Amino acid sequence: MTALKARKSNREVADTLEGLADLVVKAAKKGEDPKIEIPVRALSNVEFNQRKRIIEMGDNTTERTFFNLGMAKKFMQTLLVADALKVLQQDDISSSLREIYYRTKHTIAESSENTFDDQNESDPIIEDLEVTLTLLREELHVRAAEAGSIVGPVTLVEGGDVIDCSRQGKAGKTVPSIVEPGEVDIKKCSADFVLLIEKGTQFNRLSEDKFWRKHNCVLLTGNGQPPRGVRRLARRLHDEHRLPILVLVDNDPWGYYIYSVVKQGSINLAFESQRMAIPTAQFIGLSSFDPDKHDLPRNVGIKLSDNDRRRAKELLNYPWFQKKEWQREIKNMLDSDLKYELDALANKDFRYLTTDYLPRKLKEKDWLD
Amino acid sequence: MAAKQREISVSEFFAKNRHLLGFDNPRKALLTTVKEAVDNALDACEEAGILPELTVKIEVAAIDGQPATTPAQADRFIVTVTDNGPGIPRKNIGNVFGKLLFGSKFHRLRMSRGQQGIGISAAAMYGQLTTGKPTRVVSRVKGQSKAHTMEFSIDTKKNQPVVHDCEDIVWDRSHGTQVSIELSGKYLKGKLSVDEYLELTAVANPHAQVTYIAPDGSTRVYPRGIEQLPHPPREIKPHPLGIELGMLLKMAHDTKSHWLSGFLAGDFSRVSANLAQQVCEKAELSPKMRPRDCVGQDAEKLYRAIQQTRFMNPPTDCLSPIGEEAIKNGLFKSIKADFYVATTRPPAVYRGNPFVIEAAIAFGKGDGGASLSENAEAQDEEVQAKAEGEEDEKETEQARVIRFANRVPLLYQQTACATYKATLATTWKNYGLKQSRGSLPEGPMTIFVHMASVWVPFTSEAKEAIAEYDEIIKEIKLALQECGRKLGIWVRKRQHAKSEYERRNAFQRYIAEVAEACGRLKGGKLDVERLRKQLARTAEEITGGDDTDRLLNLKKDDDEQELADAIIRTPDGSIQGDVSQLARQAVGA
Repeated sequence: MTALKARKSNREVADTLEGLADLVVKAAKKGEDPKIEIPVRALSNVEFNQRKRIIEMGDNTTERTFFNLGMAKKFMQTLLVADALKVLQQDDISSSLREIYYRTKHTIAESSENTFDDQNESDPIIEDLEVTLTLLREELHVRAAEAGSIVGPVTLVEGGDVIDCSRQGKAGKTVPSIVEPGEVDIKKCSADFVLLIEKGTQFNRLSEDKFWRKHNCVLLTGNGQPPRGVRRLARRLHDEHRLPILVLVDNDPWGYYIYSVVKQGSINLAFESQRMAIPTAQFIGLSSFDPDKHDLPRNVGIKLSDNDRRRAKELLNYPWFQKKEWQREIKNMLDSDLKYELDALANKDFRYLTTDYLPRKLKEKDWLD
Repeated sequence: MAAKQREISVSEFFAKNRHLLGFDNPRKALLTTVKEAVDNALDACEEAGILPELTVKIEVAAIDGQPATTPAQADRFIVTVTDNGPGIPRKNIGNVFGKLLFGSKFHRLRMSRGQQGIGISAAAMYGQLTTGKPTRVVSRVKGQSKAHTMEFSIDTKKNQPVVHDCEDIVWDRSHGTQVSIELSGKYLKGKLSVDEYLELTAVANPHAQVTYIAPDGSTRVYPRGIEQLPHPPREIKPHPLGIELGMLLKMAHDTKSHWLSGFLAGDFSRVSANLAQQVCEKAELSPKMRPRDCVGQDAEKLYRAIQQTRFMNPPTDCLSPIGEEAIKNGLFKSIKADFYVATTRPPAVYRGNPFVIEAAIAFGKGDGGASLSENAEAQDEEVQAKAEGEEDEKETEQARVIRFANRVPLLYQQTACATYKATLATTWKNYGLKQSRGSLPEGPMTIFVHMASVWVPFTSEAKEAIAEYDEIIKEIKLALQECGRKLGIWVRKRQHAKSEYERRNAFQRYIAEVAEACGRLKGGKLDVERLRKQLARTAEEITGGDDTDRLLNLKKDDDEQELADAIIRTPDGSIQGDVSQLARQAVGA
């Protein structure tokens, strides 16, 4: 499945979902246990493709059967979610993960048991269906939270509206969760690169300072781990306008992981890497060497927690962090036993990020691949 | 002179140290008074071979002609306990109730409820000290035409009753005794209350019928569960094992025997002439030695020789254990549960005193184990749909330990008691129960422990907790393990049945959902009912219908033998095991 592949029609998606019911009916007729083969979404079933430099899903699958006490409920939940998803196709509407949870939640007859106790039960089932039926979330009409913003010299067309992202005020334009061609088109882009920022605070700082104008770039943020819409939009800016992607995150294991997800794709959604990952994305900071380079006092650091140290050691073992520079980077953080937030740069000056840190980084091309 | 000094000090000692005897606060004083009167009444009936019928009445006392207040507010009560015992001859009444340490219980080695003969007179004295009112006794000796009544108070200096009023009256009982004491007290329900005490008395004394008229006027009858009186205990001589050196010296000095061997054989139980010879040989002492001369080194040699000799356990007819059947019936009629098992240990000895430990377990909520299975909630009339974050309330209820010494319930100082410590020290996890470190096992269960002995070692004169002798702890643990093992078999069978039941139920619940979802997915082009039936048939095949039924009903299999002597309430409400007709009637089964 590639970005170029035509999206499946509502009819096709509905038929695919209906296939699950056929599978149950067929098994029931023969007196057999109905089975759904679901690809495994875990570190054990992802491979780092060295040539493409993205994370790809392996071939391992797990059987979800009905007549197994440990799985019976999940099996039932899978069918309930499939049913709800089919309604979205029939009515040609989109919905959110949370709405699907509420839609499928009810009390099972003659008991006080709920079909779902909380959303953590229904979300993974939607992901299961995506990978099992090889349907995209957009094709399933499921929207993620719209938790991203864009600002800069880009003009988008969304639902017939032409939006100039350089004229959207300080807060910028919200990035919708579905940014596939047709829903969102990039009409014009004159920027030189994209700066993808972990946190809203720094995005606001740079937007307010009109950093993008001076350095001719697009600012994007996902407020934490970027949602699919933001990752997909960055990928399209990269693909369609040849823009390099620079990633600015906190200096902690979580920041490193955000960068790696943008670059290689995530373990959980490895099947989406083809459409989402940007293997040429660069890590601009914060580097564990930056506090020294920029004379940040030690007291604005935060001691690593046990969890941080454990996570950092896991990162050291990921195949996509095996480059010498990256091993050095992560080990340096572990040695200092400190992590730094982007916000800590304010210790020097409120506008240090805009006036000193980023210009120096860009000038020295001080980033990691 | 010495005797007189002791007499005076006993009454005065009490007046100043009443907490030692269980009169520390008004609530406990009321309980202790009832307890002493009930113990006395039961002992009197049993010694006379009469099936006890007791009436316990607690009334709010009017003070200075003021109308009585509510039981909760009142601070003065009249406790009246009436029995159908043999009655007390007029000349003894004053001494029985009005003189501390009167009676023969203190000096004999024989099992009885009261051990020190201090109880009922202490209650009378407490009443007198707090209200100034005399104690009133009515008693009719069997065969006499009239009952005599007597009112008296106690001269604390002389330890003597002072009789105020004495007359003969017509009484509707053919024999029996009634004692009324007015005292300062506090009446509260619940734990450690008179109510709990009487409930437990009924459990451990299923041969007695107790009628309780509470301060609020309500009447509760604890009916009889069995009709057999406990066999009357016999008085015994001390057992040689465990007796201390000082005691040995004292006995040797006081004995009427002229020879050492005669002393050993005559003054101890379970010492034959032959064994006495052996002991003397081991001690390298002449069997013809005068016991009085056996002092110093010789006495120590004798003591060691005794410790190294094997004796038969002390005779046990001095003890009157309640018995497994009676305990089970007692529990069955009083405590609602699904599984009852009891065990009576063989007699053992601590410090030369024979004792018997009995333990029992009542487990379950009395619904045949339905509460163990998921569908219990479905049986409730209306189940509210659960919102996010709401969970089933899972109670982690801890076991209740009910403790008895010579058939008398022990309420206070549970944690100081050997029974409690032995319960904690038992590994209940082995029997399929949950148990956190240092706490009681979890589950809807009552653990019953009874110690019967000629001399129960209490930690205080208030007789609230049994002292921790190693031999006693060991016996209690063995008894609990025996019950626990049987409980474990039952619990595991239950759990197995429950998980099978849940399995099948889970599939049944989900089948409807799956079939309907398939129906909707197929947009009405599907026979949902047929799909449901097909799936249900497969479920039946996979979860093995008959096996589950068998397990749920606990039908015959290998464990049957082990559980043969337990009382089991099955899920369909029927009762398996030996339950007396009376106990069945008591619970209306």
